[in-house]
Amino acid sequence: MNDNDRKLGPTLLKADNISLAFGGVKALTDISFEVKEREVLAIIGPNGAGKSSMLNVINGVYHPNAGSVTYKGTVRQQMKPHEAAKQGIARTFQNIALFKGMSVLDNIMTGRTLKMSAGFLAQCLYVGRARNEEIEHRKKVEEIIDFLQIQSIRKTPVGRLPYGLQKRVELGRALAAEPTLLLLDEPMAGMNIEEKEDMSRFILDVNDEFGTTIVLIEHDMGVVMDLSDRIVVLDYGKKIGDGTPAEIRNNKEVIDAYLGVSD
Amino acid sequence: MFYREAGQFKTSYKADQAVFPIFQDKVFVAIWLLIGFVVIPMLANEYVFRAIFIPVIIMALAAIGLNLLVGYCGQVSLGSGAFMAVGAYAAYNFMIRIPDLNPLICFLLGGLSATVVGVIFGIPSLRIKGFYLAVATLALQFFTDWTFSRIDWFTNYTPSGSIAVQPVAVWGFVFDSPIRKYLLCLTVLVIFTIIAKNLVRGRIGRAWMATRDMDVAAEIIGIRPIFAKLSAFAVSSFFIGVAGALWAFVHLGSWEPLAFDINLSFSILFMVIIGGLGSIVGGMLGAAFITLLPLFLNQLPIWLGINMSTAMVSHLEYMIFGALIIFFLAVEPLGLARIWQITKEKLRLWPFPH
Ligand SMILES: Nc1ncnc2c1ncn2[C@@H]1O[C@H](COP(=O)(O)OP(=O)(O)O)[C@@H](O)[C@H]1O
Ligand SMILES: [Mg+2]
Repeated sequence: MNDNDRKLGPTLLKADNISLAFGGVKALTDISFEVKEREVLAIIGPNGAGKSSMLNVINGVYHPNAGSVTYKGTVRQQMKPHEAAKQGIARTFQNIALFKGMSVLDNIMTGRTLKMSAGFLAQCLYVGRARNEEIEHRKKVEEIIDFLQIQSIRKTPVGRLPYGLQKRVELGRALAAEPTLLLLDEPMAGMNIEEKEDMSRFILDVNDEFGTTIVLIEHDMGVVMDLSDRIVVLDYGKKIGDGTPAEIRNNKEVIDAYLGVSD
Repeated sequence: MFYREAGQFKTSYKADQAVFPIFQDKVFVAIWLLIGFVVIPMLANEYVFRAIFIPVIIMALAAIGLNLLVGYCGQVSLGSGAFMAVGAYAAYNFMIRIPDLNPLICFLLGGLSATVVGVIFGIPSLRIKGFYLAVATLALQFFTDWTFSRIDWFTNYTPSGSIAVQPVAVWGFVFDSPIRKYLLCLTVLVIFTIIAKNLVRGRIGRAWMATRDMDVAAEIIGIRPIFAKLSAFAVSSFFIGVAGALWAFVHLGSWEPLAFDINLSFSILFMVIIGGLGSIVGGMLGAAFITLLPLFLNQLPIWLGINMSTAMVSHLEYMIFGALIIFFLAVEPLGLARIWQITKEKLRLWPFPH
């Protein structure tokens, strides 16, 4: 990754000594790492290592017991998920969290909520801004639908879609917010090779074309090595590795704890 | 092949975003409006207006209102009777305490009063869900029952506790005959239906549905649960409050607190369940079904020439309701509206089944 320095910008997000416990379970212990603008950072580690918890801390679903998160230069102890959304943090979930009763189109449209501003009365009557912004945002949503190649299912209720497509729609919903920072929790879990390839391509394209910073959790080492600029390794809530894919591949502790087993 | 999309390519998102993007739907709606405003007034007699059309229309308004809350936003409420009571008594008090206030304005103020109560009693929804929330709204029901029968100020100190009102008169035009009442209610229903449709297909409707389907994900997108839930309570209570005012002033004419008791709350919830959760047309179908079923069951023994006691008929009514509720909850949670939709889909393909 020699072109990294050219591509990457200043630090976008910095986690400092984050600790999080659920009762007696220490999900995260003293975790620190940085994410640079336009970087693709992978978080890896065995099940229960605290990866999802880390994402939940970043976008405000969990509030850490200790430590702080610095995002765009502002330090915070905690914030609410909708505040994180307002600041440009979007995400997908390990277990798909789509709006099951709604169509693909409506799910992705919902991702644009924060960009809409029509007043209540205008919405009641569907006039003025309410009408104009529906049409304007629909255009943007159609771009996302084209990008993800899901044109043919745009009116389908998401509950009826196969798993792989649901994952894709969930990515679409996150993209609809045009996020600065995109958090992807196992976006390729349970997919076949072809679907994984598609998803990898989408993630790289998002990073390339829109300059979106991405933090992703993934188990497939091939995918992780291909996609990421840098990798953070967690094990039992502790950080045991942080570096480029090449560095991680040769990290003794990581190999012992994790890579050795799967490779 | 009556009903098909083929060949109707949308050349703009604007066209595709229209309320009824399919041409046949537009025609259907136009036909229904024609039937409602022209054909029925020409054919129906006074009894039919009074016993069927007027109550069905007002209940449809209430059911649409409740459906916005339960079906679209996923917040269970057993307080519809209470919201109707607030709408009715508030409208009454505005009318007698502010001279010469236009009755339609009074109805809207009744609806707004229900909105205020709805938002206050919606606050528990921020903490509790499902069954517990239903119980909290039930508390409201008992609270209004008590308030309107015990605090005489609300009934203007009438000795009996019941209220009788004059026919509604707007700018000298008196809605005294059944047909006039019918047209008034139908107009209100049409306007509110359009508003409901507009809301559910826009940002606020998506916020409600997102909160219903997956509240954590909704919040992560930037939808504040407090906003989504309380706005659903507000709009829903407004609809139900206005329905309550119409029910009292236009349908009943005179009433006492019992008119808005827990049974009414259950009826409206059943309308929503049987009609179809999360469907505007479902509210109408459910209201028609629940209002007409007792009338039908009363007639049935006569048509069949069977001698059946009234007690038996009303028992039968409860049993059939019970069975239907279980059927719809277990088998077809999307209710009559879904059956209606399936019929449309069949029509779309007809006569080629594939
Ligand atoms: N909401 C929660 N309540 C209790 N324990 C939790 C919760 N979320 C995560 N944990 C615990 O925290 C640890 C880390 O979980 P998680 O972050 O989901 O791991 P990973 O995503 O790496 O598999 C696990 O032991 C898990 O049981
Ligand atoms: Mg996880």
